[in-house]
Amino acid sequence: MPSDKFRADKTKRTRTLVLGGAMLVVGLALMVFGWSTPTLVLAAKAVLVLGGVALVFQGISRLVVAIRGKRIDLLFTLAMIWLVGLCIVALLAPLLPLGEHNDVAKTLLEPTNMSPKLLTDHPLGTNNQGLDMLSRSIHGARTSLMISLLAVSIGTVVGGSIGVIAGYFRKGTDSVIGIFTNAVLAVPPLILLIALSTFLDPSLRNMAFALSLLTIPSMVRLARANTIAFAQREFVMAARLMGANRFRVMARELVPNVILPVFSMAVVMISALIVAEASLSFLGLGIQQPDPTWGNMVAEGEGGAMEDYPHIVLVPGAFLFLTVFAFNLLGEKAQQRWDTRSAKL
Amino acid sequence: MNQDNDLVLEVRDVRTTFLTPRGPVRAVDGVSMSLRAGETLGIVGESGSGKSVLGRTVMGLVSNSPTTTVTGECLIDGRDVHTLKPNQRRQLWGPEVAMVFQDPMTSLNPVKRVGRHITEALRLHLGVGKKEAHDRAVELLRQVSIPEPVRRMTQYPHELSGGMRQRVVIAMALACDPKLLIADEPTTALDVTVQKQILDLLASLATERNMATILISHDLGAVEGRTDRVAVMYAGRTVETSRTSRVFNNPVHPYADALLASIPRIADDPHTVLRAIDGSPPNMLNPPDGCRFAPRCRFAVDRCREESPELRDLADGTDDTHLGACHFPLLPARQEVG
Amino acid sequence: MAGSGNAHMRPEHGPLLSVDDMVVEFPVGRRQVVHAVSGLNIDLLPGETLGILGESGCGKSSAGRAIMQEPAPTSGGVRLAGTELTGLKGRSLRRDRAKMQMIMQDPVSSLNPRRKVHDLVSEGLRIWGYDGDDLDGAIRETLTAVGLDPDTVWDRRAHELSGGQCQRVCIARALMMNPDVLICDEPVSALDVSVQAQILNLLERTKETYDLSMIFIAHDVSVVKNISDRVMVLYLGKTCEVLPSTDMQTRALHPYTRTLIASIPGGEEVVAADDPVAGPVADAKPQAATMTELPSPLNPPSGCRFRTRCALATDRCAAEEPQLREVGPGHFIACHEVAAG
Repeated sequence: MPSDKFRADKTKRTRTLVLGGAMLVVGLALMVFGWSTPTLVLAAKAVLVLGGVALVFQGISRLVVAIRGKRIDLLFTLAMIWLVGLCIVALLAPLLPLGEHNDVAKTLLEPTNMSPKLLTDHPLGTNNQGLDMLSRSIHGARTSLMISLLAVSIGTVVGGSIGVIAGYFRKGTDSVIGIFTNAVLAVPPLILLIALSTFLDPSLRNMAFALSLLTIPSMVRLARANTIAFAQREFVMAARLMGANRFRVMARELVPNVILPVFSMAVVMISALIVAEASLSFLGLGIQQPDPTWGNMVAEGEGGAMEDYPHIVLVPGAFLFLTVFAFNLLGEKAQQRWDTRSAKL
Repeated sequence: MNQDNDLVLEVRDVRTTFLTPRGPVRAVDGVSMSLRAGETLGIVGESGSGKSVLGRTVMGLVSNSPTTTVTGECLIDGRDVHTLKPNQRRQLWGPEVAMVFQDPMTSLNPVKRVGRHITEALRLHLGVGKKEAHDRAVELLRQVSIPEPVRRMTQYPHELSGGMRQRVVIAMALACDPKLLIADEPTTALDVTVQKQILDLLASLATERNMATILISHDLGAVEGRTDRVAVMYAGRTVETSRTSRVFNNPVHPYADALLASIPRIADDPHTVLRAIDGSPPNMLNPPDGCRFAPRCRFAVDRCREESPELRDLADGTDDTHLGACHFPLLPARQEVG
Repeated sequence: MAGSGNAHMRPEHGPLLSVDDMVVEFPVGRRQVVHAVSGLNIDLLPGETLGILGESGCGKSSAGRAIMQEPAPTSGGVRLAGTELTGLKGRSLRRDRAKMQMIMQDPVSSLNPRRKVHDLVSEGLRIWGYDGDDLDGAIRETLTAVGLDPDTVWDRRAHELSGGQCQRVCIARALMMNPDVLICDEPVSALDVSVQAQILNLLERTKETYDLSMIFIAHDVSVVKNISDRVMVLYLGKTCEVLPSTDMQTRALHPYTRTLIASIPGGEEVVAADDPVAGPVADAKPQAATMTELPSPLNPPSGCRFRTRCALATDRCAAEEPQLREVGPGHFIACHEVAAG
């Protein structure tokens, strides 16, 4: 009996392996053909490439199942590889052999508006001043990630603490905090940021501070709601009956429990903040040229440049899209794991 | 077991397995039983014994799905619930089999009036007109001893007390005159004094309508005296089943015996030391080998830990069957009781 | 009764804990007030177990919490070993009431899911700044005393333990505070049937070894009878009957107590056997069904609060609240209609 089952398992596995491999090969062929064939219209090319990508994706999933005997979330894995890779190159950007990203004086001899060519000095092309797009995108990632992580950290610590205090003390404290958070929420975020930018220099620190204002109200609400829920649990009562004072109850009983949903919310917020930062930069209210951010890089496509040189917009756009997408996936996973209530919303 | 033709329910070797992220859980592991019209079966067991899953499997609420496998047969009036198509299965619910759950609020829609809960079932399954459905619903409410039934028809569930809500749920279940009623912990959410009323109501309705009833409960007291037969479940298996009075007076399985002995009785003197069962019910992700009760059993020997005992008749010469799954049953239930 | 009075109090015996005319009320919007407990008198002698029996909504849990001052009662006094707890604030309240500890109904929810067993059990001592070298030894000793193997459970969290084990951890945590009084609020009703007896036996044993007095709050007549010396029956925040637990089965007189006894298996015979009073209560007629459930504590009935469900109720019961009176040694009831013994 067990050997039968084993054999059945094995043939099934082999079949999956073969199928997965075939799908992978066909998919790759489709992609290459679609990309390089000159005979088809753009739409048909796009369909071929997308179909190829889908096949490759399915093929790899099947191969993994066949080899490891366990299903993995391929999309999530790819997203994580992207995020980790991006963080590493962003961190090491000054040390990497990248092209020039902001000093126009050094690029006088470089080609301008060069289209992406993989095996050249400028794999992702150059902009209208000859600055290297890959280098600019990676330095842009530095700024974007730095600002959004800083803003989320400020928001989580400040908003989380205020929320725990409001949720545990209730009554007057809660109402006062409630009025403040509602007031901040009542101002449209973009208008708030534009207003702030009129009297704050667009430095990295100030940007982070301004963006953290967007996160604080929702963090307060989340932490408050969770605190209220946990504060009614019997273990909080037990701690009080043993003689714990209010600060000990908050620090030792509530915070360790509230921190999980707050943290998963923070991950989701990173992506929102990356978008917010990009929007500000796009409007020219964020980090100023020639220092690159994804937002101001996209803005370079204004005034007809995009029609002639689509890569000027598409390259930073793709970085932005992939990063936001990956953070959203990560946030969703985190919420499923730690904050079942919000995940259901 | 029974070859009679009036079997309302016949369950043969049912196994229900849930695939969970941490591994398969066999919640029901080879349970068989049968029920005739008018007969009442009590299923008692602790949390994790599989009694509720069994009820839902019989009902067809738990059936084959990507995360669930059900094997064996659940024949309601001769038709296997698990081979029916979903819409055929839904047609069974109401006229053939109905269920009453622990929390009445899960069965009641908070924004629907009491009356509509009942008339909808009547109109859907029996195709009766609006007026007739209303009259029948009032009559049903009267049958479940709800005072002022006409007024209650227009009330919302939250306006009723817990006991009244459970009565409404029972009226809903009875609307299409089912042949089998499955009551899953129908009184656990209610107050002690109300529990008795609801249990007595269920018992008298079953007698009046000659309806087969399954009463699932963790509370031995709820089952005692209100059921014809009782099955004691432990870790997904039936460990003992017979006429209720026999199980309560002469349990053959050490688990049934220990469970009965561990409950404080009003007749005992204060501070009587209770005969507790050591340990906790097993983790169903990783149930013990052999007899599932062996790790907690006072009498367990090596054989119990290796070889799983079959359910066999231990009645020893009397007409009734008294099935027990134990290698070393307690004294054969010889004495005739009650 | 559901009546008032303090005839059952025994100040001459030097009670460890006494509750004097305690009232607990909660405001619930629109100027309405839940009358959870209305004038409760309790005394607890050293080494005694008092059982508080009643259905949900009778105020038994509110009473338990109000004794712990969490939240403090609306009015009335709580004296523990000579210290008046009501009115104390801040540190002195936290210190003095730590002499009482509470075991709650849901053992899993009573343990912080993020903390490990040894941390949970030692928390009480560390709150009060005790962090000596022998702390681990004390934790081990207490865990062993509640029937847990310290090495096995040391680093576990609540979700890795069964319900019964969680309740043992709760008991260990309470014992670490070296309390005088243990208040158990439905400590076994969330547990598996086969585990309840373990915990009841453990509580009984612990009470002896640690020299505790105990208040045991539950809805189950048999459980309360098993563990208590003296039983107090509550209905809608008022006392119906106080009696020695030995008399529970044979001498309970109050119609409500008898209804409770009649609703357990084997209880009908007990009640029907010796008193005509119980008959009409036990088989409440269908037309009385409206009245068979608890009236709202927002607006409790006048006079005797049980009269709306009582088969013996007369006009007098609506007009006048019965007072507790002695009907036998240590046996008090608040009822106009039931004749003594």
